[in-house]
Amino acid sequence: MNNYKLWYKVSVITAAILIALVVGALIILAVGGSVFETYWIIISMPFKNMRSFCEVLTRMIPLMIIALGISVSSRSGINNIGAEGQMYMGVIASCAIALHCDGIPRIIAIPLCILFGAIAGAAYGFVPGFLKAKLEVSELLSTVMLNYAAAQFYLFCIRIPMLDPNEKTGTPMTARISSNATLTKFIKGASLHQGIILAAILVVLIYILLFKTTWGYKMRAAGASERAARYGGINVSRYLIISMMISGACAGMAGAVELMGVQGRAMEGITSGYGFSGIVVALFGALHPIGIIPAAFFFGILLYSQVNLQILTAVPPNLVSTLQGLIILIIVAVQMAINNPYSQERFRKRFFSRTIQDIRNTSDICAKGAKEA
Amino acid sequence: MPVSKAGTLFIVEHMNNERIRELKVEHITKRFPGVLASDDISLTVGEHEILALVGENGAGKTTLMNIIMGLYQPDEGHIYINGEEVNFKSPNDAFAYGIGMVHQQYMLVPNMTVLENITLGMKESWRTTKIDTAMVRTRIAEISRKYSLHVDPDAFVWQLSVGEQQRVELVKTLCLGAKFLILDEPTSALTPQETDELIRLLDNMSRELSIIFISHKLNEVKALSHKVSILRHGRVVFNGSTKDYSPKEIAALMTGHEVETTENTESPCEGAPALTIKNLCVRSDRGFLALDDFNLEVRQGEIVGLAGVSGNGQRELAEAINGLRKVESGSISFFGEEISNKTPHEVIGLGMGYIPEERNTEGIVPSMSIKENLILKDSEASRFSKAHILKEKEIEDYAQAARKDFDIRSPHINIAAGSLSGGNIQKVILAREISRNPKFLVCVYPIRGLDMGAAEFIHRQLLDLRKKGVGILLISEELEEIMNLSDRIAVIFKGRTQKVLMRDEANSSRLGILMAGVKEDE
Repeated sequence: MNNYKLWYKVSVITAAILIALVVGALIILAVGGSVFETYWIIISMPFKNMRSFCEVLTRMIPLMIIALGISVSSRSGINNIGAEGQMYMGVIASCAIALHCDGIPRIIAIPLCILFGAIAGAAYGFVPGFLKAKLEVSELLSTVMLNYAAAQFYLFCIRIPMLDPNEKTGTPMTARISSNATLTKFIKGASLHQGIILAAILVVLIYILLFKTTWGYKMRAAGASERAARYGGINVSRYLIISMMISGACAGMAGAVELMGVQGRAMEGITSGYGFSGIVVALFGALHPIGIIPAAFFFGILLYSQVNLQILTAVPPNLVSTLQGLIILIIVAVQMAINNPYSQERFRKRFFSRTIQDIRNTSDICAKGAKEA
Repeated sequence: MPVSKAGTLFIVEHMNNERIRELKVEHITKRFPGVLASDDISLTVGEHEILALVGENGAGKTTLMNIIMGLYQPDEGHIYINGEEVNFKSPNDAFAYGIGMVHQQYMLVPNMTVLENITLGMKESWRTTKIDTAMVRTRIAEISRKYSLHVDPDAFVWQLSVGEQQRVELVKTLCLGAKFLILDEPTSALTPQETDELIRLLDNMSRELSIIFISHKLNEVKALSHKVSILRHGRVVFNGSTKDYSPKEIAALMTGHEVETTENTESPCEGAPALTIKNLCVRSDRGFLALDDFNLEVRQGEIVGLAGVSGNGQRELAEAINGLRKVESGSISFFGEEISNKTPHEVIGLGMGYIPEERNTEGIVPSMSIKENLILKDSEASRFSKAHILKEKEIEDYAQAARKDFDIRSPHINIAAGSLSGGNIQKVILAREISRNPKFLVCVYPIRGLDMGAAEFIHRQLLDLRKKGVGILLISEELEEIMNLSDRIAVIFKGRTQKVLMRDEANSSRLGILMAGVKEDE
């Protein structure tokens, strides 16, 4: 009798997926594509061969790392919309080191570059955290503004001070980073690189941080009820700042890994919007490190399909961004619906409306049956 | 048969000006998953009648009232007004019939003013392009004067104390033109004089309207109501005329066993000073001096009751002691150490225990489990963590023990603390504070809204603590509670200590006069 709640959740999520598919189909039709073909490409291509599967996993890496950071900040009660900017700062910082790693052994060079990415991201995350904790500046405002600032700073760096000296066409990008600072690929010809090890380690670390340590405990308490946490002697503003720094460090590391594993040099558009997709991944993964893994995989598939759609169909790849937007809307709606006791109640009434009278009747019938037997 | 929509509308028009001669509920049954909240309940309230609905927490009183108000639909059963069946789909339908309710949890928007909150419900003040605030203001003034319920229309609700908020709720309901009042524990925030006045007022009002009121305080039930219905586990176990039964008999029927009140009978102890407050000045959220040259001393092993109408600086005092509010001037000395403007963490570290006023938002983190809430102040203690890694086994064992020792009624310790009843939430807070072996305890309204069983349990715990030599500052509006437990009683009025009395010098009328701000030597 009590499992109506489970059924309720399952049916809400199923309905949400169906709605997303239907609305997506309408959009595909509107741009003149074939619905079935488009969906088939999105779903089947990643599993076609090892190479394309690796493409998905490669996209998972920055998504996961960023989402892990977002889960820390969100659970501490601050919305980090600034992962994109923090990622840019991470790319620049690690690139500055990685360009000069010739002669340094890989075992030192790689952690060093990632560390500098993390520090830059953390420093950039510190600013909105501090502003919120000490001056009550809305983090939505500060992080979004800092994103613009970071993007411009990044462009400036790759255009002037860090511009590739051998680059004659004027394309803004740096020289290739030292091979000692490049993450190794696992399989020849496939894009998957060592960054996935870092992502896996971070899943474990963030899980431990959030659920096994006193710091994580205090962050979650501060995020869940700032007032109660303060009354309980927790220094809420300190943990707010720390959580923002962890979140920023993750985004910075994601930038470093993307630079060192995929692009090999800092160029325009290196973040590919991961800083924003990462937020969605974190929400989709219920802000839980374990939930983030399948969520990142799912979004990895979506992002990879952009490439395939461009090659294989007439459907514009931006459709995927539209689908992403739809999914965000639907997640929010689903969360509202799942938590709404009134619609739960209506659902119970509609499908599980065994009243007292029914129970009495049933037990009467059972009693009768027992007697007759 | 349910009345059709058109039929209901017709009746609404028809009823608007008509009195409610009789409200009758028959065979109301309401199920929630796993709980039978109302089980075949039948009640009748006639015109000019006051029905007291009593029962312990979780007995189903509020559910029943929510059904009458149209917030819930009953699974079975019918509601009749003046003999005609009604089918309330929402509180609006109930309002249309003139049924108004003041809830236990106030339905006010904190960041709006009193005036705006009242306007929200008053549709007749809504013009096409603007809101007729002048009309609302006049109406509030009228109601305030008529019932001597003073509210400041321009104050923001978040700035008001719980008692003041309740007054706003009452004014709001009356402004909406309620002819049938449902009051969920209306007197819990009032002084004895105000309570007497409210009782007189409600008695007067019953000449014009009918009232159902929910209460734990049986003297009030006795003083005010004509009829009493007792609920236990969702069933009506007793229906009768109030005058035929004594409060004691009603209490026994309510709990199913004899109830005795907890009393501090020991002679006042002469311990060393634990908390000494001198010339303390603290500002409220609104910026005025909520505490203005406040003085008080509490010794070890002593309970000092601080009586006063809420909003006279009690909240600010408790927060200032606990490092949660800035001290403007004056000193708070805790075992000889100055603690004003220290951080909450430092104050807790010195052995201060605190049971805050708002147990749901200040006492616990509602979405966290009971287990996690129990270590809120001690996650860094060597007992619960080592090198910042939580010791899960120890925390689990500790929580299990606390659940048993403090009789926290929950299926297990991993459920969200916010899903517990008020009494059990308070037990979680008490368990946390007492298990820390505090040197001192600040208790703010510890039994507000709790049933007799839970209240008795909490009082017994406080007395045990006193015996162990812990000083307790008990801030309360319930004079009975203060007089039963305290060694000395201080009265606070407008942020100053009005008077400090020994227990045997105090009685409710004397305290009531002091709480109203009258100086005795005048």
